[in-house]
Amino acid sequence: MTAKMPKWADVILIPVINLVLAFLVSGLVVLWIGENPMEALFIILKGAVGSPYGWGYTLYYATNFVFTGLAVAVAFHAKMFNIGGEGQATLGGLGVALVCLSVAWPHWLIALPVAIIGAALFGAGWAAIPAYLQAKRGSHIVITTIMFNFIASALLVYLLVHVLKKPGQMAPETDLFPPGTNLPTAHVMFGWFGIPFPKSPPLNVSFLLALAACLFVWLLIWRTRLGFAIRAFGHSEPAAIYAGISPFRIMMVSMLISGGLAGMMAINTVMGEAERLLIDAVQGAGFVGIAVALMGRSHPVGVFLAALLFGVLYQGGVELEFEMPAVSREMILVIQALVILFTGALDNMVRTPVQRIFLQFRTGSA
Amino acid sequence: MEEYIPARRENAAPAIELKGISKSFGPVHANKDIYLSVHRGTIHGIVGENGAGKSTLMSILYGFYRADAGEIFINGERTVIPDSQAAIRAGIGMVHQHFKLVQNFSVLENVVLGAEEGMLLRPSLDKARSLLNQLASEYELNVNPDAIIEDLSVGHQQRVEILKALYRQADILILDEPTGVLTPSEADHLFRILNSLRDQGKTIILITHKLREIMAVTQTVSVMRQGEMTATVQTRDTNPQQLAELMVGRKVLLRVEKGQANPGREVLEVDDLCVSDERGVQTLKNISLKVCRGEILGIAGVAGNGQTELLEVLGGITEATGSIRINGQEIMCSGPGSDAQSRRACGVAHVPEDRQRLGLIMEFAVWENIAFGYHHEPEYNLNRIFMDNPAILAATEEGMKRFDVRPALPDSQARNFSGGNQQKIVLAREIDRNPDLLVVGQPTRGVDIGAIEFIHQRIIDLRDAGAAILLVSVELDEILSLSDRVIVMFDGRLIGERITSETDERDLGLLMAGVTGEAA
Repeated sequence: MTAKMPKWADVILIPVINLVLAFLVSGLVVLWIGENPMEALFIILKGAVGSPYGWGYTLYYATNFVFTGLAVAVAFHAKMFNIGGEGQATLGGLGVALVCLSVAWPHWLIALPVAIIGAALFGAGWAAIPAYLQAKRGSHIVITTIMFNFIASALLVYLLVHVLKKPGQMAPETDLFPPGTNLPTAHVMFGWFGIPFPKSPPLNVSFLLALAACLFVWLLIWRTRLGFAIRAFGHSEPAAIYAGISPFRIMMVSMLISGGLAGMMAINTVMGEAERLLIDAVQGAGFVGIAVALMGRSHPVGVFLAALLFGVLYQGGVELEFEMPAVSREMILVIQALVILFTGALDNMVRTPVQRIFLQFRTGSA
Repeated sequence: MEEYIPARRENAAPAIELKGISKSFGPVHANKDIYLSVHRGTIHGIVGENGAGKSTLMSILYGFYRADAGEIFINGERTVIPDSQAAIRAGIGMVHQHFKLVQNFSVLENVVLGAEEGMLLRPSLDKARSLLNQLASEYELNVNPDAIIEDLSVGHQQRVEILKALYRQADILILDEPTGVLTPSEADHLFRILNSLRDQGKTIILITHKLREIMAVTQTVSVMRQGEMTATVQTRDTNPQQLAELMVGRKVLLRVEKGQANPGREVLEVDDLCVSDERGVQTLKNISLKVCRGEILGIAGVAGNGQTELLEVLGGITEATGSIRINGQEIMCSGPGSDAQSRRACGVAHVPEDRQRLGLIMEFAVWENIAFGYHHEPEYNLNRIFMDNPAILAATEEGMKRFDVRPALPDSQARNFSGGNQQKIVLAREIDRNPDLLVVGQPTRGVDIGAIEFIHQRIIDLRDAGAAILLVSVELDEILSLSDRVIVMFDGRLIGERITSETDERDLGLLMAGVTGEAA
């Protein structure tokens, strides 16, 4: 079929319809447990974006999701489904911790670039093995990356318990990073301009790094020769071979970039927030990244907006749990799952009818 | 071919009558108010360019699509055909262009599949076996019922498709481009089968773009253009030239005009080239050939006799053993340096047989497809990292103008273009590099007549500009009208070579069937 919808319908209207449907169904769930859905929605929005405090948390979460979402998106352009963001981010955390603990860093501006390299290298390294197995041996990347998530988590536990644990302490976590590695938080940065911002939200300079990562991915995919080859390969492997593009090279490079981006998430959580390496520093952000990439249609702008949405859901969910005791933590998960279901998995359910309406409208006016 | 006058029974309703059939896909009117009546016991041809709406019309008749408007009458009775089951019940059978057979089932199992009676297979199989034997003697439809499909030749597989339809008691048979994959002699056999089916009172609709076949076997022919039924004529009252004009809507040249070739030095020298597929079956057997500057070498043969592999080895897609020299320079047949990039660097341009699978990225815009494969060229890049998109766009606008690609929208996705225009995009990309050697497969497959003329002319222009051209085509007409020399491939080997002016269809047809001069 040659006809298409206008672009704005594709990138804005459909995600909005998806979202409204998700909220409608979530509203029914809230109604079912005897609460007012409008009030719940209001609490979520107010909690997430109603105050600088809320924004501080929302954007902190969104930073995580931007990195993991971009990771999935880059791999997806090469038709590789990287489910391993979780494991790659875990390893990224290890890279950050090793960098931060190795030297008495004099200033965060010096520590940050090295930590970025550490995070990206470890994340990329963790993605390299499944990528190689896929490219050379045909082992399906979905299966191997999932398995590598478990291996990563087991490896981290082992290292934290036996190798990296602070001497004379029970908790499986590393020593606090030296002060020279502490990234400026939003409170500090706004302070430079004399703008007041609450102290407690963990939002930090990594957010700017996430914005830079969006720009980087956009340039990579749509402006570079490598991105051209990645997209060509992603659309058609036989055609890519016809054009002399090496499938092995594209699979490896795209997965290395993907793993590197996932690993960089640790800059935000490990270096920016916890300031030490903890067990389970990723907290499912690797998986949320899949939904973010799907909803953002693998475009950096879309990924950013979707990450923001999930940031709102995370932060708003915490507030909702607090304000409406009847809504449990699991209920918040259900609402988040519904959003993922409608925006990611059931996308075509909305897309096809909307497309038809548009076409009818167009033939009607023609 | 002797004149055949259909046994017209007085007041007998037509086997098929379509009244006012319309079907749109979005803004595209695939069928516009179609009226068609097909008389019982005739072979009715339907011709038209790609995208003229033939396949849509047949899909409506076979229940794949539902018409937006209009009525279908089968044997005078108004019939609604919501799915293919209903079509079968109405006595309609379809032989698809791409066979729908289970490759590792036997002929018998394929015939019965989907029409089994009862829980147990045996009674159905026994019934089918006796029916098959009966049909074999009646219609020359001989196939071994116990043969496994993948061991059968394409011609035999097609007979299985016809048997499937007859087993389901089809009275009306629709054949969609049935001869595309057949040798001339297999095609002749098919036509004998169709004629005897018709003599038994079956009605046959033959969809084809080969006017020669229309002239040979049909009684009536309908022409479609841009979704409309433009004419229905008695075959004996028309001729190929007139049909071609009805299809295209203007005068067309069925033969290209080309001057004498002036072969120069050798550009491509292939020696003892062998290829084996992943199962270890040799698909190319000791191929040796030469192509010179200013010469078109045609490779004729029935599809699947190694031509695809030859193209892919030369294009750097498949690895091989043996030796390839280009402009006297030995190039790699396998391993590093044998990829498509390296081939292009040696001055080889490749127009693949399957442009949608290999030659284009359908989701890419035209301008991206113009850079595709040449995305390393300095003029398309700002530096080692970034591409120069405005430069590509400018080259694309230029190329689209020169190759008359319509509509001239460089930003539109390749999938939005018709087959002919897609092919022009590929040719614009490959020919514009002024290659020393152009390797081109099926340049006009699925391309409408108007564009065929244009594409042939561009290939000849390239020859006259001094390029060596290796042309692979399953269309004998195309081979005969374009090439200066013809080599016939059979079973992965080169089976014979002819100078085009000293051969004809019959001679080549025998070679294509594997009959060499000594044996004949």
